[in-house]
Amino acid sequence: MYEGPIQDLIEEFGRLPGVGPKSAQRLAFHVLTMDAADAERLARALVAVKEKVRFCVRCFNVSEQDECRICRDARRDPSLLCVVEEPRDLMAIEKTGEFRGRYHVLGGAISPIDGVGPDQLRVAELFARLGEEDITEVVLATNPNSEGEATASYLARTLKAMEVAVSRIASGLPVGGDLEYADEVTLGRAFAGRRAL
Amino acid sequence: MHLDRLELVDFRSYARAELALGPGVRVLVGANAQGKTNLLEAIHYLSVGASHRVALDAPLVRAGREAAVIRAGARVDAGTRALSVELELRASGRNRARVNGQPQPRVGDAIGRIRSVLFAPEDLTLVRGDPSDRRRFLDDLLGQRRPAYLVARQEYERVLRQRNALLRQVRAGQRGDTLDEWTAALVRSGAALLAARIAVAHALSGPADAAYRELVASAPGGKASGGVRLTYELSTGRGVTAEPGFGVPDVGGLAAELQAGVAAVAPAERERGLTLVGPHRDDLILHVGELPAKGFASQGESWSLALALRLASREVLREVGEDPIVLLDDVFAELDDGRRARLADRCEEFEQVLVTAAVDADVPLEGPRHAVLGGAVTSEPVARESLSRGDDHTMPT
Repeated sequence: MYEGPIQDLIEEFGRLPGVGPKSAQRLAFHVLTMDAADAERLARALVAVKEKVRFCVRCFNVSEQDECRICRDARRDPSLLCVVEEPRDLMAIEKTGEFRGRYHVLGGAISPIDGVGPDQLRVAELFARLGEEDITEVVLATNPNSEGEATASYLARTLKAMEVAVSRIASGLPVGGDLEYADEVTLGRAFAGRRAL
Repeated sequence: MHLDRLELVDFRSYARAELALGPGVRVLVGANAQGKTNLLEAIHYLSVGASHRVALDAPLVRAGREAAVIRAGARVDAGTRALSVELELRASGRNRARVNGQPQPRVGDAIGRIRSVLFAPEDLTLVRGDPSDRRRFLDDLLGQRRPAYLVARQEYERVLRQRNALLRQVRAGQRGDTLDEWTAALVRSGAALLAARIAVAHALSGPADAAYRELVASAPGGKASGGVRLTYELSTGRGVTAEPGFGVPDVGGLAAELQAGVAAVAPAERERGLTLVGPHRDDLILHVGELPAKGFASQGESWSLALALRLASREVLREVGEDPIVLLDDVFAELDDGRRARLADRCEEFEQVLVTAAVDADVPLEGPRHAVLGGAVTSEPVARESLSRGDDHTMPT
């Protein structure tokens, strides 16, 4: 145990995801050797992220204003809506440049173990948007794991009753990968989702 | 395949051990609690990625050490190619693995390169234990035959835990809006497991029957006419009797059966907050003659049946890929002279078989002997006469 502030900092770093006790110690001692100005900039960034970053009132992406950059962008196609679990997933799709519609961030996936059902996600908000906005197709881009699949099928069941086209992103083999190394579940899904050429 | 070298560092009771091995029979002789089983456990770990005795890796690392190392050198492709696998088991933190000197990004990629079938005294639970022991037998065999099976099983277990959590919430009066979704996921992933398990039960049935008949054939009072029959019993109550040569079961039909099974128990599931239908509640029923082995088989019959199942596993594994190494832990002492002799005959056909015994004379097999004493093993074979004299074979340090 170290004394005072350095121990406090080690413990704070240790609370972060993916940071073990040894990494926390290394980070804390790194901060100790930083220029005072650099340390202050880090501290300001930490405070600012909690004070200034909000969630978009429309799609729940992280935003600096009421509405996020994407929802304000008039060039985006308002008839296409892509549903994702987290803002990180949204950024991943943005980087592809393939999608020019807007988003809806659920804030997670259905997971009874964690006590997360539709009421704990922004599901009601999603259904409300379909009434208010001129949306013709919803793309479900939740993760291809048990929880993401359950979330997608739950949403699809309800959305279909609202007379909107619903699609699910394809899952299957990674580009540049080898068939022989694919696991049976992935390969099985790739087969089930095969397309005519 | 066969091992030509085994090296252990800080594994269980061994600070360091090195064995020069070769094809055919090897016998590891030593009194109880000297470390014979640890050697077989290390080899089998390389095959299945787990110990047959403990659930966690920590007990495998010698007390006070950070990591244990298992290094195995093998000959494959009828002895024409070398294969080496090295596994570092850490008391805490991630394990590491190398294959032919190359570090593997995932430890799982190194597991199963060395193929083996282990028969140990614990295997009596295959006959006398709970259904979960027999499900694990099928799952371990499938995992070694098709590593992707383990991925499918993890997915099923994840879905099962989610569905159980939701059923508990429903029982407590909360809404279960997504129960249909979790049921669909359970049926989909469950049917895939069922199809694989039933297929492997079919594949086992012929070899298990043959191995059992061979072992007990002329035993005094043996029920020579009573063969072994395997029945995969689904949680829906239906039993599928395994037949040699049967093909792959119809996954769609199994899914429909599971779906109907879940619908039938829906009220009970909500009441108990538990998933009551699915491959996690199945069993493999073993019959000797007309009687179920559990509860009716004698000690000797149970022992022979468990051994027959392991010998049958070897047949199933060698259908695809290398011949597995056969590991027999302390089995000869439990058999009468007739069964000993017949098992010894069987051992002659294996590419490699490693046998442990407390008493050398119990093993009616020719082949080099290694002496195991006090957490050390002789790296080269020793003379058989010295074993019966009880010479001290402690390794020079």
